[in-house]
Amino acid sequence: MTIVLALVAGLLSVSALSLVFVRLRAASAVVYGACCAISLALFAVTFLSIGRPSAEIVLPLGLPWLGAHFRLDPLAAAFLAIINFGAASASFYAIGYGRHEAQPARVLPSYPVFLAAMNLVIVAADAYSFLFAWEIMSLASWALVMARHREEKTAHAAFVYLIMASFGTFALLFAFGLLSGPHGDYAFEAIRTHQLSPALAGLVLALAVIGAGSKAGLVPLHVWLPLAHPAAPSHVSALMSGVMTKVAIYAFIRIAFDLMGPPAWWWSLPALLLGGTTAAIGVLYALMETDLKRVLAYSTIENVGIIFIAAGLALAFKASGFTGAAALALTAALFHGLNHMFFKSALFFGAGAVIGATGEQNMERLGGLIRRMPISSAAFLCASMAISALPPFNGFASEWLIFQSILISPQLPQMGLKLLVPVIGVLLALAAALAAACFARAFGATYLGRARTNEAAHAVEADRWSLAAMLVCGALCLVAGIFPGIIIDWLQPVATALVAGHMPPQATVPWLSIVPVSASRSSYNGLLLFGFVAASASLAAFAVHRFASRKVRRAPFWDCGYPDLGVVAQYSATSLAQPIRRVFATVVFAAHDQIEMPPPADRRPATLRRFLRDPIWDFMYAPIATAVGTSAALLNHIQFLTIRRYLSFVVIALVVLLVVLALWG
Amino acid sequence: MTSALAAQFLQMILVLALAPALTGLTRKAKARLQRRIGPPVLQPYRDLRRLFGKEVVLADNSSWLIRVAPYLIFAASWVAAALVPTFKTGLLFSWAGDLIAIVALLGAARFVQVIAALDIGTSFGGIGASREIMIASLAEPAMIMVVFTVALVARSTQLSTIAAFMVAHGGLRVSLAMALVALIIVALAENARIPVDNPSTHLEVTMVHEAMVLEYSGRHLAMIEWAASLKLLLYISMIACIFFPFGLVTEGAGFPAHATSLAIYLLKVMVASLLLATLETVIAKMRVFRVPNLLGIALMLGLLGTLLLFVSEGM
Repeated sequence: MTIVLALVAGLLSVSALSLVFVRLRAASAVVYGACCAISLALFAVTFLSIGRPSAEIVLPLGLPWLGAHFRLDPLAAAFLAIINFGAASASFYAIGYGRHEAQPARVLPSYPVFLAAMNLVIVAADAYSFLFAWEIMSLASWALVMARHREEKTAHAAFVYLIMASFGTFALLFAFGLLSGPHGDYAFEAIRTHQLSPALAGLVLALAVIGAGSKAGLVPLHVWLPLAHPAAPSHVSALMSGVMTKVAIYAFIRIAFDLMGPPAWWWSLPALLLGGTTAAIGVLYALMETDLKRVLAYSTIENVGIIFIAAGLALAFKASGFTGAAALALTAALFHGLNHMFFKSALFFGAGAVIGATGEQNMERLGGLIRRMPISSAAFLCASMAISALPPFNGFASEWLIFQSILISPQLPQMGLKLLVPVIGVLLALAAALAAACFARAFGATYLGRARTNEAAHAVEADRWSLAAMLVCGALCLVAGIFPGIIIDWLQPVATALVAGHMPPQATVPWLSIVPVSASRSSYNGLLLFGFVAASASLAAFAVHRFASRKVRRAPFWDCGYPDLGVVAQYSATSLAQPIRRVFATVVFAAHDQIEMPPPADRRPATLRRFLRDPIWDFMYAPIATAVGTSAALLNHIQFLTIRRYLSFVVIALVVLLVVLALWG
Repeated sequence: MTSALAAQFLQMILVLALAPALTGLTRKAKARLQRRIGPPVLQPYRDLRRLFGKEVVLADNSSWLIRVAPYLIFAASWVAAALVPTFKTGLLFSWAGDLIAIVALLGAARFVQVIAALDIGTSFGGIGASREIMIASLAEPAMIMVVFTVALVARSTQLSTIAAFMVAHGGLRVSLAMALVALIIVALAENARIPVDNPSTHLEVTMVHEAMVLEYSGRHLAMIEWAASLKLLLYISMIACIFFPFGLVTEGAGFPAHATSLAIYLLKVMVASLLLATLETVIAKMRVFRVPNLLGIALMLGLLGTLLLFVSEGM
């Protein structure tokens, strides 16, 4: 525990030093190198301490009568390990990528603070330190989003982010206020002893879902996420998407599984409903998008939805006393969180490499990069297959566990859940299938085909640091998919602590299979599947080359005899999504195309216009923004009045107050 | 252990050897139904041999992806096909991947095929890829719901266990009937058969699968064709072992029992092939944007089957 706090203090001092030495040329490499080393140390400490008994420290900081409580229990250790691994790989990537930064002074000081704040949120064990660290995390990430403030849209993105972040903290503030009861016992230890009435529990749950969900990107509170995540430099985007959303999920799990006490079955409803909607809608948004980093940001929303589905199932199981099933669902949620950190980091690193090489993040202006950037494209491909939940990668292993926990849920006695869970299953399957479509499209439009612009045609491969970070994250997607049993066993202390149950130990299962419930029910072996596919592919290739032909001739492409020579004639990101847009988005986004074909002899070009509306922005946020704007304009009138009018306002206010007092008494 | 290993190996060889014959038989039956003579049943083997002997013509701007893809697609389809019981339950490696993993393996093969189709940057590759992902985005959830229904009935997602359960306690259930219809629709879509796609045309604007494989030649095309017939055989074996499991032998049966069950399996495949040929002869291909309606029906049936089982549990 002390080591963790000391390392966090180390991160803060790196930030302070960077303020002094920011003008030095080597500052960027040194700061990121130091952050990488400290994060790796934090990762090592927390990775090993997950099975240890909890440790608590009270420091004389914060509120004088409360002190700052910090606690390292299994849940905190699991999330700290996820966060610090992501932070270490992002920092390592940034050692190379940071050279692209035009104004490092805008990034370097906030970056270590951001990392430190995320760590502090996880170890905080009283409401005051938690919210304080949470706010620092929001502000530091806001500063990082604003790093390129001169770019168009960045200011807007940061503004929306700031509003949503304050709103989220506001909700969490009330949630903790209600949790800590009338006497203001802000320490988590005291909060755990409180009993909540059902109405109060519902209110706290709603506030926690709003507060944590707005940070995690639950639909409909997600609007800031696809604006803010892509606006930051790519390594910060990787951190915000892959890591900061995990902090928000931690907040939800901490409140719902730990602080609120024994759950009722209906607590799972908001997580399941919002999670299912978020998973399906998030990936549909991603399919409509042509900006590579925004595609990744929307896909983060999808994955947050998947994690919330698993957490909701775990709550439902826990409430009905199925501890084994609850452990399965909770492990699946945490495992997917870990996996999402791996592949989303690799994907954002890949996107950063593309931007560094071409200066372009619109997929319609890329293409053919697999030939110019072979190594980073391989890492991006690995991560794409992992996020699409394809075996033998890690995304499949965790989604498989979620499917297995859905298959246990008919045992739940509540009719509402019996009717809801199959629908959630459809949404999850739909999200997985659409994610595969989304990433086939993203990889295809960015890396495959012919280069659509000059910049893409002359791209160069990223630097060695970035490549190493990408390859490590991409390779870990495969490793975690092949050896899921190790991670499941590693997560068991968390399940034991939170739901008082655990999955069968996986280390003893022969051949490194995973068995979530019992061997006759289901098992999966990523290693064997990977081995089989690799062996039969190489066997087939060997046999064909040995016994049949191995001749190759290069020629112009065939394309059924109608080779289109124009580069723009190939399928683009938009046209690849056209069938899906027509099938799904006509309902959700009111998507339609308008084709204008001038008659013969008219020399105007034919045009195709695409129309999409974002229903959540249009029906939820736009009215609020309009209302705020209108009322501000109305209130603006009282800013320019004469002194007499102001005096009369004061008199009226006094009279009204006196009348109220008189009536009250 | 050795005998089980031998059985698993035999099964892998069997599906590999049988798959082209299935394609040949279906083509022949279709031709006879349309009053054509049609190519011989063994023609696909000759095609494969001829293609293997030819050189590969690669587009000038193609990358390593399109050269690796045929082998990966073939391997994924082969492994998936080897995990489906054909004439014997209790395959040695069935615990390595359950029904969900089989579906996902086929999804992985499709993912590779889709991105390989985009590799060169031709419009036919793009049209095929974009339609394939649209069809897959509905067919896969429908398939998962079928898996849910079957798994909830048999209380397992292991295909061998499901088959053994169906042999022992098979019976008529409404949810299983829904799952069967949904699975047949999914199988037609996944294998690019009429009414979703037309496997025998090359120059039709509505084609999906054939548009994606347009740039392959020689041995690469042979691997793709072989993988496609393996996938068709896989779906037929899967439908047979879940819904028509009679004749499956279990572990420890003698040689005569194995021979009978192999004969029954071959008979099942032949019947399925004839039914497929009949279906493809009597119905027309759909417009591509009618396909989502068909797959939506499959998805709804799968969901209804699952819902029925969820609600009836514990009553």
